[in-house]
Amino acid sequence: MLKIEDLVVSYGAIQALRGISLEVNEGEIVSLIGANGAGKTTTLHALTGLIPIKSGKVHYQKKNLRKVRAHEIVSLGLAHVPEGRQVFRRMTVIENLLMGAYSRTDRAEIAQNLTKVYKHFPRLEERAKQIAGTLSGGEQQMLAMGRAMMSAPKLIVMDEPSMGLSPILVKEVFNIIEDMHKEGITILLVEQNAKMALSVADRAYVLENGKISMSGKASELLDDEKVRQAYLGA
Amino acid sequence: MTEFLQQVIIGLRIGSVYALIALGYTMVYGIIRLINFAHGEFIMVGGYTLFFMIPVLMGFGLPAWTSVFAAIIICAAVGVLAELLAYRPVRKKGNRMTALITAIGVSLILQNLAQAIPFIGPNPKAITQDIFQSGRIDLFGVNTNWTSIFTIIIAAFVMVGLQLFIHKTKIGRAMRAVSENKAASTLMGINVNRTIVITFIIGAGLAAVGALMYCAQYRAVMTTMGSMLGLKAFVAAVLGGIGLIPGAMLGGMLIGLIEALVTAYISSSLANALVFVVLILVLLVKPAGIMGRNVGEKV
Ligand SMILES: Nc1ncnc2c1ncn2[C@@H]1O[C@H](COP(=O)(O)OP(=O)(O)O)[C@@H](O)[C@H]1O
Ligand SMILES: [Mg+2]
Repeated sequence: MLKIEDLVVSYGAIQALRGISLEVNEGEIVSLIGANGAGKTTTLHALTGLIPIKSGKVHYQKKNLRKVRAHEIVSLGLAHVPEGRQVFRRMTVIENLLMGAYSRTDRAEIAQNLTKVYKHFPRLEERAKQIAGTLSGGEQQMLAMGRAMMSAPKLIVMDEPSMGLSPILVKEVFNIIEDMHKEGITILLVEQNAKMALSVADRAYVLENGKISMSGKASELLDDEKVRQAYLGA
Repeated sequence: MTEFLQQVIIGLRIGSVYALIALGYTMVYGIIRLINFAHGEFIMVGGYTLFFMIPVLMGFGLPAWTSVFAAIIICAAVGVLAELLAYRPVRKKGNRMTALITAIGVSLILQNLAQAIPFIGPNPKAITQDIFQSGRIDLFGVNTNWTSIFTIIIAAFVMVGLQLFIHKTKIGRAMRAVSENKAASTLMGINVNRTIVITFIIGAGLAAVGALMYCAQYRAVMTTMGSMLGLKAFVAAVLGGIGLIPGAMLGGMLIGLIEALVTAYISSSLANALVFVVLILVLLVKPAGIMGRNVGEKV
């Protein structure tokens, strides 16, 4: 479904991604783990066109994403839940959700989708008229995920959805990720919380200084001695 | 009392013009954090379009005010050109200071260009036709003119319409989203550059409506007319809270009222000075403007 080959991205003289390749098949949850500064966010930004790519290939459903303009990517069914939530803080919850459906036109389908999102996140329905900037961190994460679901995505890429949340909320976030997956959405999950990320994923990649250092079945990586030492604190 | 109300109406009339122009400053600032110094020149462009189009349209039997549609189109075109030829290229390469200098440059270019065009030239030109109904009217015992009434009513309609547009339409919501977070807006599928162009069109269009009201009252155009008008409107935008649409409306009306009341009861030569005194006092207490929140802006 998604195939990245030899992707190179630089910020000026600094090479943030030094030729990475990864693949996500339809129906999978794939995790991309790595320490702070490894290049995880850069990978997702390159994918959805937020930063220019120096070289390499990015194909989504056989389409060359390097030829698609950034704002047109979401309408292909690829949604991005960015690092730090990035909700529209001055808008209400419902307005944020409607922004998620910006690329769609069928009002009936959008309304149906909204009902579905509210079923996943009852709290968002309760707070529909509240200004998003006044929500708690956990609620903002729910809003960012709900907003992405409003675009009716086939593939969601998520950037550290558990960042800064209490253990209970982290669990809730991961439950929702699994719910989304059950509904047929393919997921590429970027996380520093390696334990959680590996436990929900089918496969995983380890990113280290802009290069993929390891990859394989998530369950195997979870047992791998090197991974345990570097990322699981054991 | 009626004398006072008369001055209030004058203040609201002047304030209406400031408010419409301040909206252009504030919307462009809101979306690209640029103080568009050329915005005053958009008024001048609108003024000259009115000057040339009023006789033409009246020749076709149309009322003089219909020339505002021509002014809106020309102003919008100039605004779009400024964005595409100057601001967007500079935004890609430079920083905020380069952008600011570019805006000053666009302002001077438009002014000089107007002076260089032979049939415009540096001398003021009089508008001899009535733009709205002429004469005075007695409104519940308060004597005023039709131009004031029309100006205030049109400004009110335009401002309510703008608020509805910003909050209830898809493009309006996109404009608010882009002004808050460009990367997230892109992820939602919003064409950020196109949204910025639309903002310039609306801002310049509002300047054209402001030009109509200004010309209706003062009946003259000149190439430097945008300087003082633009400056006052910019002050209005800052006073209300730059980047905030209701702030621009409130700031514009307040400055109009201060100007009218100071002129009537203190001294006309002090009016401009006092406007700035009020601005400074307000900013000392509320640095982000009357409607602005003083919390640090999220980057
Ligand atoms: N806008 C930027 N300008 C310059 N360097 C950047 C920028 N964003 C990220 N980097 C650098 O690129 C590398 C990868 O960053 P990032 O993708 O954010 O890592 P991660 O998401 O894995 O923490 C880091 O060394 C970081 O300092
Ligand atoms: Mg990151």
